[in-house]
Amino acid sequence: MANIDRILFGDNQFFGVNHMSEEKARQQLVKFKDSSAIIKVLDDAYDMGIRTFMCTTHDRIGEICDHMRADRERYKDFIYFPCMPYAHKYANSVSQIGVMETIQRFAPGGVMSTIVRGAVGTLTRDVYSLMSLLIDAEMKRFERLNTPVIFLQNVVTDLLLGLKLYPVFREFSRYINERYGAEAGFITMNLPLLLDALSQAGVENPIVCANINKIGFRMSGGVDAYRDLLRTRKCRAIAMSVLASGAIPPQEAIQWVSGLEGLQSIVFGASSHGNIRQTQELIHSYWGADR
Amino acid sequence: MGIRVGIVGAGKMGLSHFAIANALPDTAVVAVCDTSRYVASVLNKYAGVQTFSAYEKMIDEARLDAVIVATPTSTHFACAQYALERDVHVFVEKPLTLSPAESRALSELAIRQQRINQVGFHNRFIGTFQEAQRLVRAGALGKVSNVHGSAFGQVVVKEQNRTWRASKSEGGGCLHDYASHVIDLLNFLVGPPAHVRGARLQTIFSRNVEDAVSAVFAYPGDASGILETNWSDDSYRKMTTTVTIHGTGGKLVVDRQELQLYLREPRGFEDYVEGWNTRYITGLQKPVGFYLRGEEYSAQLEAFTDAIRTGNMAHENSFASAYETDRVVDLIIQANKAAG
Repeated sequence: MANIDRILFGDNQFFGVNHMSEEKARQQLVKFKDSSAIIKVLDDAYDMGIRTFMCTTHDRIGEICDHMRADRERYKDFIYFPCMPYAHKYANSVSQIGVMETIQRFAPGGVMSTIVRGAVGTLTRDVYSLMSLLIDAEMKRFERLNTPVIFLQNVVTDLLLGLKLYPVFREFSRYINERYGAEAGFITMNLPLLLDALSQAGVENPIVCANINKIGFRMSGGVDAYRDLLRTRKCRAIAMSVLASGAIPPQEAIQWVSGLEGLQSIVFGASSHGNIRQTQELIHSYWGADR
Repeated sequence: MGIRVGIVGAGKMGLSHFAIANALPDTAVVAVCDTSRYVASVLNKYAGVQTFSAYEKMIDEARLDAVIVATPTSTHFACAQYALERDVHVFVEKPLTLSPAESRALSELAIRQQRINQVGFHNRFIGTFQEAQRLVRAGALGKVSNVHGSAFGQVVVKEQNRTWRASKSEGGGCLHDYASHVIDLLNFLVGPPAHVRGARLQTIFSRNVEDAVSAVFAYPGDASGILETNWSDDSYRKMTTTVTIHGTGGKLVVDRQELQLYLREPRGFEDYVEGWNTRYITGLQKPVGFYLRGEEYSAQLEAFTDAIRTGNMAHENSFASAYETDRVVDLIIQANKAAG
């Protein structure tokens, strides 16, 4: 079973994602235009003992991976939790060229011809083989790096959840385990519903990552439901958006989340040495130094 | 017995609506209509819904309470009309149709049939824009003098777009796609303009449709407005819509994430003080029961199903209000033609 650190480092700040301010997102994009600036921040975090990087399979992540591969000694304890897919890449492509053409663009090999022939008898195999091709394409840049947990991004998790395609969760889990010797994780904005679905699909003691914050920002089902399920359900839950994109002052946010019974980890993003240090110290002071 | 929903068109928006509607309480998607055999067969096998290749057959056979229409705009009229005539509630993706006359006819038909009729202008369900509307109506800005609405994003960037969005006759182009959102949002915030004083539709990368739209509006009561949209702007990660409103009492700048209000009045307004005030979406957005890709997408379908349950015909984003948007779109087309 994957060992999940208590403090994980996130990547939204590197790629111009800020749920509260377009201007702030833009400033961050400029700041992290060069991968060296990202690596500098990752180095700061790593040197402070934060060794797990939970990162979207953004095109630019390849440069970070190359850097780490080139200095194996320095980064021997560095852990990636890839989160796939980078949804905007696919969504923009669907708007530009259409669904089938997008599959063709991103799934290498002959999968399209199988699909176009459309023999319904082989449909299950087709869908799952398409999924495995897309996973392999996303994972290529992480070759020879340590990826003990591989996440499905919330847009896809929650789409499958709404469509009630629960068996796909189990198949994702199975493939990640079999092909990469890793555990599957699921990012969601609907944790109560997802835990029920995973349980129905037969995914036991799942690794899940969800917004968990004092003001209930993007916590579908409400704060109380989250508090209850963390205490009572068997799962390894990672809290993200703890500061609700900056709507809650850091100290208040971390004090609250640290008080939750049954929480496994906190993932946070920061853009500077000082902010990483401050957040780490707050987590240590309210939650204890280590697991 | 819950609400039985059928989806017409299983593209990006159709699948998104499918997932959200299916996760609503006492609501189930039971049928999907799509011309792609592959998409239909996957949904049939895995999601357990009935699938059809023609919407008429789906509406006739699937015993639906409501349909969600997410096909190219040129097909909206026929499909919505067919559903309404058979007493089915209708949610249509934006814009409603390509002709104000057709939009008005649909609105009148829906009222005659007493069916809920809603259009997917989802900006009206975003907390920052709702607060902006409340402030304007409550008079926080005094008398409105100028409005400016813009939307930028990357739909057509160099590479030729190969979907229906690149086809004028199907309802493609920046005017119906991007500009209609901004027009509807301005209508929501300050009411529709009386005239379009000038407009220009420009092609940047596309061959058959416009990639940018500019227009000048004149409002009843002497306010004026400027519309500016461009979908060939890849400096934006996704579509970004911003509105600025000037009034005698101050100024308001609002986008999806934040609302900034500048007040001239020393006493302020409610808990907004003199000078600059900032409110964030985190404090303004009402939570939704199921989140997929922005609260607004869930909130609009929650409103749709609530209206079905209560029979409330006075709901947000009715066909009548979408007609006003289509009317302004048409005025822009006329103004562009008149300018040569």
